[in-house]
Order: sequence, then C-alpha cells, then structure tokens
Amino acid sequence: MKNKGALSRLWSFAEYGSFREEEFTLSPSDERHIDTDTPENRWLTTVQNSERSVGARAASWFSRRGVEIFQRLYRVAAVFICFTLIGVLLAVVAFLPPFGGADNPAVNEVPERYVAGAVEETGATNAVAGMISAYRGFDTLGEAHVLFVAACSVMALLRIDGPARRHGCLPDPEMTGEDMDFEPNSDLILRKAAKILVPLSFIFGLYVILNGTSSPGGGFSGGALMGAGVILNSVAFGFSRTERFFGERVYHIVKTACLTVYALLMAYFIYMGANGIYDHVWLGVPGGIVSGGLILPINIAVGFEVACTMYCFYALFRKGGL
Amino acid sequence: MPEFLENLFTNYYETGAVVIFGIGFTSLLMHRNLLKKIIGLNFMDSGLYLFLAAKGYIAGRLAPIITDGDADPTKYVNPIPTGLVLTGIVVSVSVTAFLLALTCRLYDKYHTLDIDEITNLARKERD
Repeated sequence: MKNKGALSRLWSFAEYGSFREEEFTLSPSDERHIDTDTPENRWLTTVQNSERSVGARAASWFSRRGVEIFQRLYRVAAVFICFTLIGVLLAVVAFLPPFGGADNPAVNEVPERYVAGAVEETGATNAVAGMISAYRGFDTLGEAHVLFVAACSVMALLRIDGPARRHGCLPDPEMTGEDMDFEPNSDLILRKAAKILVPLSFIFGLYVILNGTSSPGGGFSGGALMGAGVILNSVAFGFSRTERFFGERVYHIVKTACLTVYALLMAYFIYMGANGIYDHVWLGVPGGIVSGGLILPINIAVGFEVACTMYCFYALFRKGGL
Repeated sequence: MPEFLENLFTNYYETGAVVIFGIGFTSLLMHRNLLKKIIGLNFMDSGLYLFLAAKGYIAGRLAPIITDGDADPTKYVNPIPTGLVLTGIVVSVSVTAFLLALTCRLYDKYHTLDIDEITNLARKERD
C-alpha cells in the first residue's frame, strides 16, 4: 500500500475514479533514509525536502479537488461521447436507403428464397416460423441454450438452500427466512381476477404455440404467455398452491427434457441436410395445426422451456428458490 | 431543405430508433445507479428492435404469412429482420435477468446500488 508510484496512482485514478485519502498523506516511511550528517548529502536533503513539499502540496490539492474535477470531466466526456454517438448514427441514418423501398439492398434473393420455399419445403405457411425453426434452426437452438444458461446462472446466483436462508447477508438483520415466504393472501380482487385469467392465459399460450406454423406466434411468445399464467397463479394463490403442479422437480424434468428433445430434433435436421438425405417427415397440411413437419414439436418444446424459465426467474427473484 | 435532412424525415422510424438507442446509451453511461444502467441497456435493445423491424418493412406488402398458396415473394415483406428481432428479444431477456441477479447479490453484500460506492467498498475490502 505504501510508496505507490505516480503511475499506479494514476492507474487507480483511472480505474476507480477517485483518489483515496490515505494515499496522499505521506507517511514517515516515505522518507528516504539518507545519512544527513555527511556534508555532501546535506544539499541533497534540502532539495528533497523542497521537492517533497511541492509534491505534498500537489497531492493535498488533488485530494481536495481531484475527485470533483474528475467527476466533472467524466460527465463532460460522457455527454460528449453520447452526443457524438447519436450524431454519427443519425448521419448514418441520413444515408440509408429510403424507408419501405422495394429496391433496398436488404431485399435480395435470400428473403425471396425463404418466402418462396417456405410452404413447399418446411410446410409452414408462416414464413417467419419456417425461417427461424427450419432454415435458421441452428441459430434458434443457440437461442434456447442462451435462455437455459441464463436460468442456470440466475439460479446459481440467487438460490438459497437450507433453513438458513440468506443468513448473514440480509439487508435487515431482523428479517428471517420466513419473511421471504411471506405472502399476504387476502387480496380478493386479485384472486377473483386470477381465477378467470390463469386458465385463459394457459389456453391462449397453447393456442399460440400450436398455431405457430400458420399464424403469428410460436414457441417463444406462447411460452411467455404460459409462464405469465404460472406467475399470476403464484402471485394470487401463493407458492404452495403453485407447487402442487409445478415444483422444483417438475421444473428440472420439463426444462431438461424440452431442451434435449429440441437438440435431438435439430440434430436430425442437420444430419439429414448435411448428407443430402431426403427428409421423410410428413409435412402435414399447410395452414392446419398439424403442419410444418418438425416445426410443431420444436415449437412445443421451446414453449414449455420458455414457460419454465419465466417462472424460474420470478420464483428465484421472489423467494430464492423454486 | 437539404437532402441530408430530407432523408432523416423519410427514414423517420430509423431516426426514432437511433434516438431511443442514444437515450439508452446516455443513461447507461451517466447514471450511477445499477438499476438505471440496466434500464438504459433495455432501451438500447428496444431501439435496435425498432431499427431492424423498420428495415424489414416494404411499403404496400403483406406480413409473410402465405395464404391461398400464393408464394409470390414480391407480395410479402422481408421475414429475416423479424426473426432477428425474436432472437434479440430472447437474448435481452436472458441478459437482463442475469444482470438483475448480479445486482441483487451486490445489494445484499454492500447495501447500495451506487456503482462508485460499491467500487470503493470493494477496494477497501480487497486492501
């Protein structure tokens, strides 16, 4: 800690944005041990003293004003950077091709190919569903894994095990583990509304998932709706009522099984495509519920995984466990 | 009116998206509160989605849901940006949840959301 060089001080200034007080009160150990008795060293000592006083004055001035100056400079630089960025982006927008034009460079042979081949090759009348689940299915598989990894890391960060929940790091030392589970179960309006809305959101979520191949929607949006239904259920009726059908065990099984099914279906897709083998999956009737070949099971798997992840986020933030 | 400004008015969706992105970037950079920084990041995401969705639009065309078996590509808008926005939304939800979990842990430990105070406390602890 002692005898920090100017460079390391500057570094700490740049890194943390503030000097600390004790770095500038020169401690006795800072003085170099020079034998002042010999005459040839006497002038050296005086030079050193004057140097030190200048340095100490500069240091004390910095310790008084340095933080303030730095913060002011930081704000000025931040405003400057922000306005520069917005200006550069606006200049780029000014030179973009016109909005909605049919001759824009983004409208090339790729989207035309996707739209033209969607019904014939994937069986999905919704070209977006055909694109994200079949043509670019590998991308969407990675997306599902991102969601899975996020749920795992949130669980690693927020999960509380055992009876001593958050013991030692509670904001209020009098707050006990039971407070995390405390839920006022007296809101009549919320419960009556939830009785109507929870089944509706489940049915609507399933509808969006099953019709993902022929209408807007799909696994992600339908799964979010179903997750919202589970969250509403646990808000209105408490976690104990939700755990009757959706406990930690169910969560782990459903989530892992859905991701495995998705990965296996995608592996089948990729293996067939890479080896040029004709795909024997029945594509179904375009426009109906059973259409799109493997897109429908993929949508169902993704939907249940997203529903699990949404509820997992809520339960972990609310009480630190499922 | 110069061509420069005229283009900004023609591409008004993109202009709005850039402004939203800039607001998000500004709050990400200027606020000390970690929650406000996360909100700024989400603003940036929203601006990006608006930009991508605007780039996929083609005037006078339909949503890319093929009805009546008419797979004429000149009848439908570009489906690729829509798929990219979907991917982006899922990734942004994941990142936001992760950031909020990290913020929860930091608050549990340091009892503050101010990034400067957290840095100072962490430095004191390290030394």
